Amino acid sequence: MITIEKLEQIKNYHRPFLEERLKESANTTIKDGNIALNDLYYNKQTRIALKNCGIINPGNIEDYIAVDGYSALANILMNKSKAEVIEDMKASNLRGRGGAGFPTGKKWEEAFKYNADQKYMICNADEGDPGAFMDRSILENDPHSVLEGMAIGGYAVGADQGFIYVRAEYPTAVKRLKIAIEQAKELGVLGNNIFGTGFNFDIKLKLGSGAFVCGEGTALIESIEGKRGMPRTKIYRTAHKGLWQKPTIINNVETYANVPVIFQKGVEWFKSIGTEKSPGTKVFSLVGKVENAGLVEVPMGMPLREIVYDIGGGIQNGKKFKAVQTGGPSGGCIPEHLIDTPVDFESLGKIGSIMGSGGMVVMDEDTCMVDIARFFLEFTVDESCGKCIPCREGTKRMLEILERIVEGKGEEQDIETLETLSETITTASLCGLGQTAANPVVTTLKYFRDEYEAHIKDHKCPAGSCKSLIEYFITEKCIGCGMCAKACPVQCISGKPKELHIINKLACIKCGACMEACPKKVQAVIKR
Amino acid sequence: MANVTVTIDGQKISVPKDLSILEAAKLLDIEIPALCYDPNLEVVGACRLCIVEIEGSKKLETSCSTKVKEGMNIFTESEKVVRIRKGIIQLLLDSHPNDCLTCQKAGECYLQKYAYEYNLNFRKHNSAMRPQLIDTSSPYILKDDSKCILCGKCVRTCAQVSDRKVLSFSDRGYDTKIICDEDKNLEESSCVSCNRCVSVCPVGALIDKRQINKLRSWEGNSLTVNCKSCQYGCEFEIKSKNNKNVAVVAKSPSNGRPLCLKGRLTTELLYVDNPETPYSKIDGKFVETSWTEALNIEDVLEKINKLNADKSSLGDD
Repeated sequence: MITIEKLEQIKNYHRPFLEERLKESANTTIKDGNIALNDLYYNKQTRIALKNCGIINPGNIEDYIAVDGYSALANILMNKSKAEVIEDMKASNLRGRGGAGFPTGKKWEEAFKYNADQKYMICNADEGDPGAFMDRSILENDPHSVLEGMAIGGYAVGADQGFIYVRAEYPTAVKRLKIAIEQAKELGVLGNNIFGTGFNFDIKLKLGSGAFVCGEGTALIESIEGKRGMPRTKIYRTAHKGLWQKPTIINNVETYANVPVIFQKGVEWFKSIGTEKSPGTKVFSLVGKVENAGLVEVPMGMPLREIVYDIGGGIQNGKKFKAVQTGGPSGGCIPEHLIDTPVDFESLGKIGSIMGSGGMVVMDEDTCMVDIARFFLEFTVDESCGKCIPCREGTKRMLEILERIVEGKGEEQDIETLETLSETITTASLCGLGQTAANPVVTTLKYFRDEYEAHIKDHKCPAGSCKSLIEYFITEKCIGCGMCAKACPVQCISGKPKELHIINKLACIKCGACMEACPKKVQAVIKR
Repeated sequence: MANVTVTIDGQKISVPKDLSILEAAKLLDIEIPALCYDPNLEVVGACRLCIVEIEGSKKLETSCSTKVKEGMNIFTESEKVVRIRKGIIQLLLDSHPNDCLTCQKAGECYLQKYAYEYNLNFRKHNSAMRPQLIDTSSPYILKDDSKCILCGKCVRTCAQVSDRKVLSFSDRGYDTKIICDEDKNLEESSCVSCNRCVSVCPVGALIDKRQINKLRSWEGNSLTVNCKSCQYGCEFEIKSKNNKNVAVVAKSPSNGRPLCLKGRLTTELLYVDNPETPYSKIDGKFVETSWTEALNIEDVLEKINKLNADKSSLGDD
């Protein structure tokens, strides 16, 4: 059996080894007992959920213990009542990092107060937004923080069984979680009679099979129960009747990773970071046309501009910023005039987007906003579970319209139809995925309506991105060097040496290779 | 059970607090449109047609899954509710074949009924429609996926019979469909033709084949009888036209009311003037059979015949 003293012993014994190892690599600095990654990219970040990522060896529980791992669990089990843990969580105002931002403490309290012979803790690790990999990073690099967070939650609500629902497409995460659970059980920080307090807590892995909708809480529960992953209609709260009709808490990976740190460093410390209504940090996967793509963890309330420019290093190739898409397929596109919006749950909601799980896709002037809306709708249509009519039928119709528009076959009434469909889907869909599915269309219609109109009325794509609406053309500037003809993958450019070359428009696949190949000094190939 | 008082479309009513809004409205004779709701099946909230507006709530709620609460002020036909409801029905119509003229379900079809009530029509378009998958393999059930609205009632009622669960959802999104076992046809599947699914289908996706071309839903007369096959005594409707009984319709199954092929055939034989040939499924194939075989009464009949023969031979002496 593990004791608090033994945990301390492991920490004291192992810490010097960890520090020694870190000193050898130049990536980290150790100051006042805090280990941090040093790089300009990391200096501007505040790392709570990712604090151990890239520092500890995820395959070694002693590394985690060396950075105070499991001390929060030990302290809670020895010294705090369940009600006190719930109170602390409520006071910290940690909000769900999976997207909706529901206060974790309130959620736990619901299950805590509900009497039942069996309760469950679930970790939602079915990260599915395109371009999002926050949870994956935590699971792969710091799996024990999630296990500890779940055990703390389990103690607080009175659950002795946890499940991690992780996508099978994350084989490394699955492998490391398996190892972590094994090591934790062996040491006794999971299993029976943890720290001799009589508290039992076990964690099992459940592998998802790639359905995006299984990231929705009730669909996830159905899937764990062995059924088809379709969301349940909310007659009861899952905190009252969830998995196998027992009180169930579902939190996201990042939420759990925050929990041990809150109890190590205190509620006041946590509240000092971020904003009043959204304390703490949020991890974003900053991707797209940004110079430094990657995972960034910043205090809530940081303006979008700082994330994109100060951390992300601005737009690639000196291009102009156009929009940033937050919240994945459920989120919205934020235009340039709103780039000073602070990133927190309320502010993003006000401008029609959402925090979501933390996807942040930066778009430059070459990105067509109608095509972006089409892209996200294509994803939603693919991933709709098919249960409710508005999402199943409505998103399909929206996609059909958007596909027509980007092909230059848009019709006058299309914008109005899109707006009507958006209202039906948003108002009447069963689950959160359906209710937010129209967001990419709604926000692009709101902020980039002129682009829709240009496609429909003028048959032009202002960003020069929609292939059906552009053509490549060789101007009189051509010196007949033949570079374009050589580069053309379909051999549709003809012309004699030192004479004007011509593109056969019927054969052209509009790949743009000719434009790339044309010497910089000449620039005879244009897109129009 | 304690009662609560709610107001629905301006009418006050006191109802038990475990009722859903939809059930409470029914007590006031207010019918809220619904395609996936059935009092005998699990509530799933899939069709979204039963949305209502509740005073003080920003969101519309599905009345099948929302319980009444003290003081609730509910509007079942507010301007917003009607607008959204129409949008949903139109989405279904856009995917549905325009063949009400010859559809066996016409007159009883809920999609047709709601389209009429909300004044909505089929629209011409070149976009996607439900796939033209029509399963004609069974002599008892016609399964037409092109008309399916995916309410899932058939799946739920099939699952209520233990060891059955023949029907389930397959694929996702717009391509979702109802399949038998691992996407087999009705003949090859483990379906026993009990027709529970047919009796709950709100549209023409599942049709009792033995009714086709016999009469339209509004024609002739009907008489409700109880099946004599077993002690459950399931209810059947005997449909008659021109003073002839032409078809037997299985009424909705409810708890403890299993419905079965044998019962339906027995009722057919007893009541219908010219019953069609019965079929039995043998090793995944439907084969024409005799009534004695279909009802599994060969032994009984043989014995009766034997007794009768013995009696008459005794009488000769």
